[in-house]
Amino acid sequence: MFELTTQPIQEESLRSSMVRSDSGGFVSFEGWVRDWNEGRRVKKLHYEAYEPLALNEGHRIVNEAFEKYPVRELRAIHRLGELKLSEIAVWVGAAGRHREEAFAACRFVIDQIKTRTPIWKKEFYEDGESEWVGCRSCAKHGNHSAVVVAQ
Amino acid sequence: MENDMKKKSLRLLYFAMLRESTGVRAEDFSTTAGTPKELYAELRDLRGFAIGEADLRVAVNGEFANLDDNLSEGDEIAFIPPVSGG
Repeated sequence: MFELTTQPIQEESLRSSMVRSDSGGFVSFEGWVRDWNEGRRVKKLHYEAYEPLALNEGHRIVNEAFEKYPVRELRAIHRLGELKLSEIAVWVGAAGRHREEAFAACRFVIDQIKTRTPIWKKEFYEDGESEWVGCRSCAKHGNHSAVVVAQ
Repeated sequence: MENDMKKKSLRLLYFAMLRESTGVRAEDFSTTAGTPKELYAELRDLRGFAIGEADLRVAVNGEFANLDDNLSEGDEIAFIPPVSGG
């Protein structure tokens, strides 16, 4: 299941919704709003999506993860709108019989969300400026996603 | 060919930096462009979009498409700037 929300992500209730007796491993990932990026102090973020396509692509990613890994439960949710520091921007949870598939599926889903879903992040800096992140990254790094995966 | 030059009415959707460049979320647009690639070139000239074609993807009628696909009357086109979710 893949969702978009403008409301704060309730990670405890998401986790609770995934508990099942046939699963022995649960892995979650939370993407938080960090106070700096590429040397600049970040004050807040704004996320925007092409919502129908982002939902479709998100569902495709989750379905691909189900095909690749024998997990029992998968959920991912991305926040939209304005976010303050330390809020959760994205949450991914994977439950499976064993930890291996839960780790792998969770990692796959967050990596694919970051590179494939039509969602954009604008950073607002302490100096009053603001910038769309993907635009600068693509100019600087050429392939931002490859850089992230290599770390 | 005369048929190729016929104007189509399209619905254009803008997101992120493209939305800010145009100042609107969507507009109706009339064009002779035959493909999203030609359409984007036309829009770049018109609006001065900073994103190069190599960094761009396109969606036609709500699904990812190729920049070289054929456009049809009434299509809804969204140019997808580099994404930065997560």
